[in-house]
Amino acid sequence: MEAADRKRLLQEMVFARRFEERCAEAYHHRDIGGFLHLYPGQEACAFGVLEKARVGHDYVITGYRDHVHALKCGADPKEVMAELYGKETGSSRGRGGSMHIFDVQNHFMGGYALVGEPFPLAAGLAKGAKMKGSDQIAICFLGDGANNQGTFHETLNMAQLWELPVLFVCENNLYAIGTSLERSTPMHDQYKRAEAYAMEAAQVDGQDIDTVMDAAAKAVDFVRSGKGPYFLELMTYRLRGHSMSDSGRGYRSEEEIKRWMERDPIYLFRDRLVEEGVITADDFDRMDKEARDHVDDEVIPFAENSPEPDVKDLTKYVLSDDDSCAMGQIAGGGK
Amino acid sequence: MAEIFYWDAVRRAHDEEMDNDPLVFAMGEDIGLPGGTYKATQGLFDKYGEERVMDTPISENSYTGIGVGASMIGCRPIVEIMSVNFALLATDQIINAAAKIRYMSGGQVGCPLVVRSPGGVAHQLGAQHSGRLEKLFAGTSGLRVVTPAFPVDAYGMLKTAVRCDDPVVILEHEAIYNLKGEVPDEEYFAPLEGARVVREGTDVTLVGYLMSTHWNLAAADKLAEQGISAEVIDLRSLKPIDGATLRASLAKTHKAVICTEDEAPVGMSAEIMAVLNEECFFELDAPPVRVTAEDVPMPYNHELEKAALPDADKIVTATQKLLGH
Repeated sequence: MEAADRKRLLQEMVFARRFEERCAEAYHHRDIGGFLHLYPGQEACAFGVLEKARVGHDYVITGYRDHVHALKCGADPKEVMAELYGKETGSSRGRGGSMHIFDVQNHFMGGYALVGEPFPLAAGLAKGAKMKGSDQIAICFLGDGANNQGTFHETLNMAQLWELPVLFVCENNLYAIGTSLERSTPMHDQYKRAEAYAMEAAQVDGQDIDTVMDAAAKAVDFVRSGKGPYFLELMTYRLRGHSMSDSGRGYRSEEEIKRWMERDPIYLFRDRLVEEGVITADDFDRMDKEARDHVDDEVIPFAENSPEPDVKDLTKYVLSDDDSCAMGQIAGGGK
Repeated sequence: MAEIFYWDAVRRAHDEEMDNDPLVFAMGEDIGLPGGTYKATQGLFDKYGEERVMDTPISENSYTGIGVGASMIGCRPIVEIMSVNFALLATDQIINAAAKIRYMSGGQVGCPLVVRSPGGVAHQLGAQHSGRLEKLFAGTSGLRVVTPAFPVDAYGMLKTAVRCDDPVVILEHEAIYNLKGEVPDEEYFAPLEGARVVREGTDVTLVGYLMSTHWNLAAADKLAEQGISAEVIDLRSLKPIDGATLRASLAKTHKAVICTEDEAPVGMSAEIMAVLNEECFFELDAPPVRVTAEDVPMPYNHELEKAALPDADKIVTATQKLLGH
């Protein structure tokens, strides 16, 4: 990977971190409502995998911790923030909120608030791509908690049976909301559960973006070459609580949190790039300031100054605008 | 115009729509190689292959979700859920995903999925195979819910539903797959909204859908023998309910009997009653009455099952009482 690309990738990760931290602030100011699930600590997962996919071409889907995946797919950060503010300029026109970011133009097919719901949707995207004879693959990001849903087992079974081009990425952050893997799941290695469906699977360090990229490149190639699905487990950690109403303490020791903070994916990557001579420590500080300024000067003002959705549009988007099916007058009906 | 079986009408719609568009595919338990439990996909596996006529594992929620995902990128999946009782397992994908994706994406992506599922009470299938869940789907924003009672609608509604950009739930009925009826020889697209007057009359309006339409027709025959002229309305669509057709009928008859196969509490009869109240109140000479299933899980025993369900005689009795006969 070229030095310039490594630098860009770090810049993207830093931006995502500052974006998420600014979301937390906006939430405390009540500019953002509802539930808010943030991503700090897990950045190497979304960035590492998607760096090796074709963003904007492949289909990407995830659960409710979805802002950063959308950003990496090419969503405009201003529109993502505006969505969190519930504005008409938001990526889902203010109808979705934090848990339902969609950017279909960039093939980011949504965040879903039902744990486990995206597994079959991803397989369906893969089935659709296959029917169209496309080389697109579907990438499904979900946490370890989702693997205890029936959809995990049902979908992995069918995806393998039908050799669908889908990459399942398990961001194993060790906690399902506030319940640890040890207390919820007897099989701690999630990739072994996928292997029970005869699926190719691997487990790697999800804090080291180079490791993630190596594993992702292999997984993406496997899926794109038509060999069927792949399950990639990334061992990672949520530095914050599950959502804004959870401090992330109580059920985790300070010692554990400290240990993982020392393996913060952004600072691990920064140190490596400094070591490699790609950047200096000052470059990083400049990068960080640029990210903060970008969020403060462009992203937040856009969200703040955008209009609310018009109440007269309340029922818009419930059904399609096309009334022909209601009337039975199908355009082009008949051969 | 040929007379064909209800199941064959559904099969013909599948065949024509799959022939028309290579992105139409069908999936469900036993619909492929075994030919479909109710024969609704008979012969299509041989014609279109297993990529388009897919036998699924017994995993209702996830295969329905695969249909949802494929529909989001331009495919037109027809998902058969063998029994509406099993559709309860798929309600996450139908209600939380299919019905909401267009809205929560701000209109960016639709979900042109068709879910077909037979339900109702057949013969002594017991409580867990006698589900009538129309209230569940008709009460969900973002879905279209239709109930074809005759082969012509089974054919025409499925064809329209496949081309519709909204998720459509088609509730069929296990006891009417072998009903015969006329279906046009030429291609026909039935509307997904709007009720139909299936028998004209002047003294009372009998309202129903699916099986209860057939009970209402039988009741109308019996009432005619007593000199009572009943108009029978088949709702066809449960979401929305066509208040205008009801009002036009009540403008003639001024009295209504509602028959549904589901239980009364929070059931479809309650919704129909509300529509009559809101849209037809000034046409009514008497409060409408309803003939519904009893509020019990469906028993196995034949006599108990019969007692739990409406039938033509119960409709006749309710009508006589309403008319003061």
